[in-house]
Amino acid sequence: MTDAPPTPRRTALDARHRALGATMTDFAGWDMPLRYGSERDEHTAVRTRAGLFDLSHMGEISLIGPRAGDALDHALVGRLSALAVGRARYTMICDDEGGILDDLIVYRLGDEEFLVVANAANAQVVLDALTERAGGFEATVRDDRDAYALLAVQGPESAGILKRLTDADLDGLKYYAGLPGTVAGVPAMIARTGYTGEDGFELFLAPDDAERVWEALTEAGAPVGLVPCGLSCRDTLRLEAGMPLYGHELTTDTTPFDAGLGRVVKFDKPGGFVGREALEAASRQADTVAPRTLVGLIASGRRVPRAGYAVVAADGTEIGQVTSGAPSPTLGRPIAMAYVDPEYAKPGTEGVFVDIRGTREPYEVVALPFYKRER
Amino acid sequence: MSNPQQLRYSKEHEWLSAAGEDGVSTIGITEFAANALGDVVYVQLPDVGSTVSAGDTCGELESTKSVSDLYTPVSGEVTEINEDVVNDPALVNSAPFEGGWLFKVRVTSEPEDLLSADEYTAFAEN
Repeated sequence: MTDAPPTPRRTALDARHRALGATMTDFAGWDMPLRYGSERDEHTAVRTRAGLFDLSHMGEISLIGPRAGDALDHALVGRLSALAVGRARYTMICDDEGGILDDLIVYRLGDEEFLVVANAANAQVVLDALTERAGGFEATVRDDRDAYALLAVQGPESAGILKRLTDADLDGLKYYAGLPGTVAGVPAMIARTGYTGEDGFELFLAPDDAERVWEALTEAGAPVGLVPCGLSCRDTLRLEAGMPLYGHELTTDTTPFDAGLGRVVKFDKPGGFVGREALEAASRQADTVAPRTLVGLIASGRRVPRAGYAVVAADGTEIGQVTSGAPSPTLGRPIAMAYVDPEYAKPGTEGVFVDIRGTREPYEVVALPFYKRER
Repeated sequence: MSNPQQLRYSKEHEWLSAAGEDGVSTIGITEFAANALGDVVYVQLPDVGSTVSAGDTCGELESTKSVSDLYTPVSGEVTEINEDVVNDPALVNSAPFEGGWLFKVRVTSEPEDLLSADEYTAFAEN
């Protein structure tokens, strides 16, 4: 771990957040908006209309060079050299023991150029690991954390809003793809990605342009009900969408197979990759002895399960642990993700409880995600 | 944010109404506290008929992100709880000084350090 800087870092939109009356919170050393008003209203806006997020705390790292794809194949568990230009992929970076160092989105911007987006809390770890692992490849690792501001517009109205500000071919832009273009007259990498379970776009742009684009999106979105959104509703949105969060569902003690995300590990790529042996063992183990499984839990009552709370059987035996929990605005009931023993993982399993500060509350086991948008 | 003048306040961010002729005061949490909690999604209130002691934990307020203990600013017997707020915890956010009241106590004693509205405003803003 590296020491956090003494003062929190502020995004290019800091003054804007304060002017909007945001409740700010420390997040991985960054002073970030938690919510502007009611987090429930922000959540609902993203599900039904559109929300605007400042995600400039995310860590961008570029890999450039003739063998940048090979370097990523070696450094990550996915096969990024096979990614088409203009496409994006969800992948992970693991340590030698197969533990997850971070989950990442990698965009291929050109034949010889990739953009890796890491979680804010792990950006330095990922940068250091990529720098070390790319050694010996014809590829340069560039720290672009300060080069980009990142805005996200998410929700069913987001395409309509963005269309008013760009000539880029949004209709031709698939989910998990990105293309260079201009938004409100400034250059941006426009990606159809997000972390909310809704259609939406992430815009990578120069920090100096962030205010202008924020303002233009706010204006263009006003008629359809776009609102600024903070990290609090981002968490409930991703939880409803069953998306894992680093530090909760994913940790260095977890392999992708433990997390039910073994599909991101590509053993069939040429050359070795960091963590390969350990991950092969984890894969074999998962085939024979099922690990604890990540499931969804829905409460009957109103009390909210929190990360770290024990999942218990009727007799009180611990059968798992909650990794994330929150009241779900969409379902109207508390929900949680939890790792549970495989015999309790089947949807509809009876007799599953969460120990909520000493009280055993009943929960329904469901398959993830809790929420899937209609396409 | 304005704190009603006719109420008194604790440093734990509860408000307390002046006791009626029956000696009963109404208790809630302040708008400042409600804002700090975020959207309240669950409230657990003391049992009617139970005896509470000033400064003790007597319930729980749960918001999207956190769980906070609910304290009672005064001692006495709980005479009523707000069933409306149990059924609709968002009342704590939307009307903290009115429909979002929490419980009533027939006061037997109260601490000497309760604050006036102006004192509480100064306290909460620092």
